[in-house]
Amino acid sequence: MDNSIYLDEARDPLIIAEGWMKDGKDVAIATVVETWGSAPRPVGSHLVIDADGNFHGSVSGGCVEGAVVTEAVDVIDSGKAKMLEFGVADETAWQVGLSCGGRIKVYVERLG
Amino acid sequence: MDPYALKTVNAERRARRAVILVTDLGDGRDRIVREGDQVAGELGAAIAKAFRSGNSASVEAEGRTFFLNAYLPQPRLVVIGAVHISQALAPMARIAGYPVEIVDPRTAFATADRFPDVALHAEWPEDILKRQPLDSYTALAAVTHDPKIDDFALKAALDANCFYVGALGSRKTHAKRVERLLALGATADQIARIHAPIGLDIGAASPAEIAVAVLAQAIQAFRSRGHESKDAVA
Repeated sequence: MDNSIYLDEARDPLIIAEGWMKDGKDVAIATVVETWGSAPRPVGSHLVIDADGNFHGSVSGGCVEGAVVTEAVDVIDSGKAKMLEFGVADETAWQVGLSCGGRIKVYVERLG
Repeated sequence: MDPYALKTVNAERRARRAVILVTDLGDGRDRIVREGDQVAGELGAAIAKAFRSGNSASVEAEGRTFFLNAYLPQPRLVVIGAVHISQALAPMARIAGYPVEIVDPRTAFATADRFPDVALHAEWPEDILKRQPLDSYTALAAVTHDPKIDDFALKAALDANCFYVGALGSRKTHAKRVERLLALGATADQIARIHAPIGLDIGAASPAEIAVAVLAQAIQAFRSRGHESKDAVA
């Protein structure tokens, strides 16, 4: 059967990340590793980011992607992975919180 | 993430094979686990659970925190027979998250008019399945009632270890089918995996009701993978 129906390569974050890597770009991968309450994207969802701040995929419904991209550029520089937490309990909730009231944990690591 | 791990995950996903990427959240090291790989202890149990459910999760094991990212192929349903049941089954299954492909060499049945927005193959199962083989994340329902069309596909589904194999027909019809499949080289254990008569026993009468029964049975089979007999794992 035709696999292209089941894997949308043009929008798939991990396939895009591999393409960036082949082009010699520095890449960070952000992954939702835990959620509490209502969270827009399930555990395991990816956002991939290059050193210029280009990104594909999502870890929320657009609520916290900006903050993750900023942190990811740091992670690419330092090579040190980071665990980020977002949600209503967080101090920064009003700036980059999840309007749905959930909480998520996002692991950001450099590729390679 | 290790570049090799990324390449492997993508290659396995393209090939429709399940993998789990296990990341130690303490030191960032990761490794690939394929379905059937033996992993001991608490971590192994959590990995087995993730393969079964398809759910990614953080787990505590051996005093460390691991993140298990499960990449399972999307389950799909291949229906042999562009018949009345299939017309109801295709939209229902798609809504439930099981995209449908329909195979029927009879061009009067397999028309875009009867099956709008469905992947339709108006050819013999022998031809399409050679080019695009079945796999263990595929369910196959054979509903033509015609041995010339159904039998090859059923044998192929058993050999590919499809997670669900169902065949339309009465017990009497199925008894004759069993004889034919044995002659084709299927083993008795393989044949025992065929759900026939097809569908959960909900007293379905109309084609649409039979479609519900088939879809429910396929979902049940998918969600209980790994709980059935061990010989089902090829």
